[in-house]
Amino acid sequence: MEAGKEKPAYTKACGIIEMDDADFKRLGAWRNTNVRVTSEYGSVVVKAIQTTQGPHPGLAFIPMGPWANMVISPNTYSTGMPTFKGVPVKVEVAEDEPVLNSLELVRKACKGEI
Amino acid sequence: MAKIISDVVCPFCGTLCDDLEVKVSDDGKELLEVYNACVIGTEKFLHSQAEDRLTVPQMQDEEGNSKDVSVDDAVEYTAQMLCNAKKPLMYGWSSTNCEAQSVGHEIAELVGAVVDNTATVCHGTTLIALQDVGVPSCTLGEVKNRADRIVFWGCNPAHAHPRHMSRYSIFPRGFFTGKGHKARKMVVVDPRSTDTAKMADLHMQIEQGRDYELLSALRVAVRGNPLPETVAGIPRETIQEVAETLKSGRFVIIFFGMGVTQSLSKNHNIDMAISLTRDLNDYTKAAIMPMRGHYNVTGSGQVLGWQFGYPFCVDLSRGFARYNPGDSTSNDLLRRGEVDAIFVLGSDPGAHFPISSVKKIAKLPSVCVDPHITPTSAVCKLHMPVAFVGVEEGGCAYRMDNVPIETRKVIDAPEGVLSDEEFLKRVLTRVKEIKGVA
Ligand code: SF4
Repeated sequence: MEAGKEKPAYTKACGIIEMDDADFKRLGAWRNTNVRVTSEYGSVVVKAIQTTQGPHPGLAFIPMGPWANMVISPNTYSTGMPTFKGVPVKVEVAEDEPVLNSLELVRKACKGEI
Repeated sequence: MAKIISDVVCPFCGTLCDDLEVKVSDDGKELLEVYNACVIGTEKFLHSQAEDRLTVPQMQDEEGNSKDVSVDDAVEYTAQMLCNAKKPLMYGWSSTNCEAQSVGHEIAELVGAVVDNTATVCHGTTLIALQDVGVPSCTLGEVKNRADRIVFWGCNPAHAHPRHMSRYSIFPRGFFTGKGHKARKMVVVDPRSTDTAKMADLHMQIEQGRDYELLSALRVAVRGNPLPETVAGIPRETIQEVAETLKSGRFVIIFFGMGVTQSLSKNHNIDMAISLTRDLNDYTKAAIMPMRGHYNVTGSGQVLGWQFGYPFCVDLSRGFARYNPGDSTSNDLLRRGEVDAIFVLGSDPGAHFPISSVKKIAKLPSVCVDPHITPTSAVCKLHMPVAFVGVEEGGCAYRMDNVPIETRKVIDAPEGVLSDEEFLKRVLTRVKEIKGVA
């Protein structure tokens, strides 16, 4: 993301969750709706889009970036490496909630506003 | 008339392509076009030309409003912060040249800091595994000229290292690989059907996080021992086919990425992948290589290695170098609240660290040295904009196969904008004054 992380392109590229068609059905949502993704470690609103590199039912993908980092596991198990992958999450429709841009998201999260 | 500069090195990903051509205006001030680079590489060059680029240091007050400050103020704030802290964390170092890293380490030694690089959230687990079991590796030149069995495990070069396949691994015709991709077999292991996987001869769509099992199963299959019906969601026959494909090659190379280093088994996955490579050497020649992301994260490991003996998370707070992943690594230090100031250069922990760590950074005295506006600069007290290394500043960088390459300066930085190295040297001078060392 060399064009600038404050730009809408970054949100469009990383403020998303890629899901399978089958999972859209289970969720009862259309593609390109905003959803709230919640794990044991946190929660974030992102846009649900149809997976580009599927199929992988039951598996969703948020690209590495501040949105993913709201929900991934910070446990490093003494390796220094947080557990970025394989985090169980719940996805709910959140049509009325906006996807924040990266700077807002991080600032608000740090101030405890979200 | 514009001039063309050739043999330019791309300072974006660890592939470090060195065949770029850049068109610059006659006065050498403006970068007009970039040839041969992939989309992300081109974007990096062109972003340096952005009109809204920040050139003046920004200081944030309590409410988060920023104001312009002078470079002298920025140097003073940074030096004071580092000297006053008991145990500062100096993190990043992956998007800068080795020269700047070296100056940074000198500061770290004087102030008793912890130096950590982006390997900590990337290939740190690989480095741990290397120390556990060693590594049979090679250079990308060998891959190009010899490799005929290519494995991409948990990595997606089609997106992350776009020219890797065309320059080194799949398509080029090398000395012993004159038929190019026609004579190569490509195996991809990924839970998703990625764009890389779509090109593969064999794609093992593994169940997420089961890499350790599948790697072990491959070792069993390579030795011709019996396997259960499926392992990690992959049928026995496929595993055996992959094992035979690898054994029948003349040169096997396994590339691996975040898919294995960041999932739950972490370094143990890599242990197993290296052991598989070692086993394969009983039958043919095999090597393994991590797909390093930032263009000079490898260099940071190298410079730390030759100066202090360890490749990342080096704790200098006791006056000598200690290395203990899980203890001296950035995220562990932040989570436990063991550092009291943060200095970030050439990386974006605001975007790459778990939010719990970012919250800690936001509460501490902090400096972010970066040409871009990033989530990190958004939460750091001081943002020091600098020149783009590899575009406005040359210097040494290490490719993912540990080959050092001298990057080239193609244009001048905007007036008054320092390079990482210049800024660090000024901070070093000030730190020496404060500490009273000559
Ligand atoms: S593959 Fe990597 S090094 Fe090569 S041009 Fe693309 S971003 Fe630059």
